[in-house]
Amino acid sequence: MKSNRNKIELIIVAIAAVILIVLLPALNAAGVVSNFTMSVWGKYLCYAILAISVDLLWGYTGLLSLGQSLFFALGGYMMGMHLMRMIGDLGQYKKPIPDFLVFLGWEQLPAFWVPFSSLVFSMLMVIALPAIVATGFGYLAFRSRIKGVYFSILTQALTYGAALMFFRNDMLLGGNNGFTDFKFLLGADVRAAGTQRGLFIATAIVLIAVYGFCRWLTTTKFGLVQRAVRDSETRVLFSGYAAANYKLFVFVICAIIAGVAGALYVPQVGIINPSEMQTDKSLEIIVWVAVGGRGTLLGPVVGAVVINALKSWATRAYPDLWLLMLGGLFILVVLFMPKGIVGLPAQIRGLLKRKQTPSALATDTAAATP
Amino acid sequence: MFQSLKKSILAAGIATVAVLSVQAQDTVKVGILHSLSGTMAISETSLRDVLLFTFDEINAKGGVAGKKIEPVVVDGASNWPLFAEKAKQLLEQDKCAVVFGCWTSVSRKSVLPVFEKNNGLLFYPVQYEGEEESKNVFYTAEAVNQQATPSIDYLLAQGKKKFYLLGSDYVYPQTTNLVLLEYLLSKGVPIENIGGGFKKDESGKVISAGKYTPFGHTDYQQIIAEIKQFSAGGKACVVSTLNGDTNVPFFKEYAAAGLTAEKCPVVSFSISEDEFRALPAKQLVGQLGCWTYFQSIKSPANKAFVDNFQGWLKQTTVDGVKKEGRVTCSPMVLSYDGVYLWKAAVEKAGSFEVDKVREALQSGLSFNGPGGKVTSQKNMHLTKNVFIGETKADGQFKILKQYDGVFGEPWLKGTFKPKVATK
Repeated sequence: MKSNRNKIELIIVAIAAVILIVLLPALNAAGVVSNFTMSVWGKYLCYAILAISVDLLWGYTGLLSLGQSLFFALGGYMMGMHLMRMIGDLGQYKKPIPDFLVFLGWEQLPAFWVPFSSLVFSMLMVIALPAIVATGFGYLAFRSRIKGVYFSILTQALTYGAALMFFRNDMLLGGNNGFTDFKFLLGADVRAAGTQRGLFIATAIVLIAVYGFCRWLTTTKFGLVQRAVRDSETRVLFSGYAAANYKLFVFVICAIIAGVAGALYVPQVGIINPSEMQTDKSLEIIVWVAVGGRGTLLGPVVGAVVINALKSWATRAYPDLWLLMLGGLFILVVLFMPKGIVGLPAQIRGLLKRKQTPSALATDTAAATP
Repeated sequence: MFQSLKKSILAAGIATVAVLSVQAQDTVKVGILHSLSGTMAISETSLRDVLLFTFDEINAKGGVAGKKIEPVVVDGASNWPLFAEKAKQLLEQDKCAVVFGCWTSVSRKSVLPVFEKNNGLLFYPVQYEGEEESKNVFYTAEAVNQQATPSIDYLLAQGKKKFYLLGSDYVYPQTTNLVLLEYLLSKGVPIENIGGGFKKDESGKVISAGKYTPFGHTDYQQIIAEIKQFSAGGKACVVSTLNGDTNVPFFKEYAAAGLTAEKCPVVSFSISEDEFRALPAKQLVGQLGCWTYFQSIKSPANKAFVDNFQGWLKQTTVDGVKKEGRVTCSPMVLSYDGVYLWKAAVEKAGSFEVDKVREALQSGLSFNGPGGKVTSQKNMHLTKNVFIGETKADGQFKILKQYDGVFGEPWLKGTFKPKVATK
């Protein structure tokens, strides 16, 4: 039964991979799929990567982190710094340094900006900075055995603090306006359809790779311990495992995944500012995962895509009502679909079974309650 | 559930297509890109309302160049990447001839590359920091020299000698205060009479002037104490670019410290009539404001505008329009002026094409709006009248001073030279 389901999931993923990596870009190049559609789907895929990282933490390790938007934004900022350098002297002020620095009275590039002219360095930082922050914070938090709601609150506080810091113009990272008006990436016009298509393909490949990695990780012995930590951390400790190390490792991995998603996101949407790391963004990701189905890896992807597609559509079709529609959807899911969208088939099967043997489902719903 | 959703999406899509194909002949699509949800909704929803009102008014009189305006309203949701996405949608999918929208600088910066890439046209109606000039944006907004520097002129004429600069920490206040520093020095105000502090770089050049607090800041005790000390000698005033709800704790603390509008007035650039729907006006009585329009302007054009807008509010069936306690304010009027200027430009150019419309706008078109005559300029800004007003308990302004036909100048930094050369 279980392996059968895995097979189905594998087939779904393989089909999705072909569609995203080959078919959609090809259709776009042929002019069948519009550039606008590609750009919104590129955004959804970045969100999907981010959602997987949250699910690996929350669904598989039991860590409800409200700090993933911070790591996403940090990755985005590192990429953004490179893109800002690539504008060269084509900004509003026609100076060789970013506009907001000119505006703040700088005539030369501050030292910490200099290495970001290199794409390789920036990409390394996309991975390194979230990893360093996550290691530092995670080490302190897990060593002090902070868990449950306290961990959530602390991650939220960290994110909020960082957002306030990035809002300051003194940080020399653009303050509230953040980074915009990107022009070039790898020498190509970043807004051109071809470049955007390339970024889309890269995002799709990363998404599939991240999915594959997480699927593999959760089937290893490590994944087993990870789930054991979620279900009963004390038992894991008494069995001689250093639970804190396991949690720290997952936390850092997820920070890196979020950072990479952010780095892919920024050149596609064309802006990064501190509102990206505000706490409501972190909560939004939790909602995607919950709606899609947590603890499933496919669920967060489905949730991120469905909700954001719905948001894109509704903000145009029903600009006054879309918040009510989304709110209604969340309530429906929480009340009636504890396993989210991807859990729906199983839930329906369960309901059908319940009619025959009422006791069979009792255990099923008990397992589903978080 | 997903199935039925898909069906309803499909149905909605088909319905839209059907409606469009009927209408397509004699309408022109115009985008409205404002936040109808999120933190900016309280301000921006009013602009959506006034734009829809304006379109109805124009359509009732035959439309633009014989075509009826078909509004395409989208919600930017105070989310900056979403603003860019919606801009893309309005230009690439809906092929809107023109878009009216944005409030915050960051939303404008977010959509700017989209408008430049698609050669679209955006009308931007809210006071801003300048330092920008795009051929794809028409700034009906107040430039710094249509709000901040006239206020200083007024305060100097009132005999004020000391100026305390205070703002929220983002681009608009930072730029305004840097310009004001240069302007004050050029008027002979010595630097020690400019309060709020300075930040200098290694060479000693001032890179930031004034005191800044983050968004949502609530603790103004220390700053008020500083202002109290600063104003102790008299003839002082505060120039505030504080944004939104931070004004509530600021003015509360200000009153608690015994400061008054007579002793040390505060001139604010971000509080208009519409903001008083959320701010307690009573605490601000006697404080100054400066805009290119006040609802209290006494002119036939303004009376007609206010009456017609209130009449429209009563009978409109658009979802989410608040009907009670509505007022008009400068960003609303600048949106209104923008629509009429665009109409005039289209009719002059005889085309909806952006390049031709821009050319017509740059040739200098005039419109007699609620705030008086406005004229479009070559640099895509607007010449308009500037008013200084005093807050009354009912949230309206008593007009104290009027400057006629002020030219909108976005590039001000470095243009004012100190009166006394300082070595």
